[in-house]
Amino acid sequence: MTVSVQAEDFDVGAEIAALSAERNEVGAVATFVGLVRDVSGGSSVGAMTLEHYPGMTEKSLEEIVEQACTRWSLHGVRVIHRFGRLEPGDRIVFVGVAGAHRGETFAACEFIMDYLKTRAPFWKLEETPEGAHWVDARDSDDSAAARWEQGSR
Amino acid sequence: MTVKILYFASLKEALGCAEESFVLPSGVSTVGELRSFLADRGEKWKALGEGRNVRAARNQRMAAAADPVLPGDEIAFFPPVTGG
Repeated sequence: MTVSVQAEDFDVGAEIAALSAERNEVGAVATFVGLVRDVSGGSSVGAMTLEHYPGMTEKSLEEIVEQACTRWSLHGVRVIHRFGRLEPGDRIVFVGVAGAHRGETFAACEFIMDYLKTRAPFWKLEETPEGAHWVDARDSDDSAAARWEQGSR
Repeated sequence: MTVKILYFASLKEALGCAEESFVLPSGVSTVGELRSFLADRGEKWKALGEGRNVRAARNQRMAAAADPVLPGDEIAFFPPVTGG
């Protein structure tokens, strides 16, 4: 099980341990954990609701992981993304990458997050004192994903 | 000659529609043509119009305007994604 899209929280320690369990060829595990912040664009955020496209979301994440495995020699990848209503401090996303060395695991972890941000069908609805509003996509996320297409890595 | 159309997030709210079954009219054979046709259905449907930042998927893969639409397809329209 590489990709999970779920409402439930996840156990970061258990996920990291699973990436290297009984695999002594693993020398590095790089991880990213995304959290709900209590502020966004100057407004305080009481909660957010993540909507997704069941079916396509899983497929797009699996495709991103496949691309990472083509670019780098990896021993294991785990992606978990939550949906539904989340509050500040709650975990949203986990990406864990196991490999022989830190270089490819750091790079693959960042690649997966950059592609997830621009290609996986999730949308955030933030609840603020001014009302609920849909988060706008950021150009900086597009440029972060685009740099992987310039062939420098 | 029917396709299933899904709408998500702010677009779903603006259109007041999450899903519809749609009979393809003649002359509509690409994702872009379908989008234009839908955008012309009335005032609120202008949310799908040209100049609006709308992405599309065909059968659960990101699609371009020139991609074909065939009977039985699942087509989705949505705003740029904001996960992570």
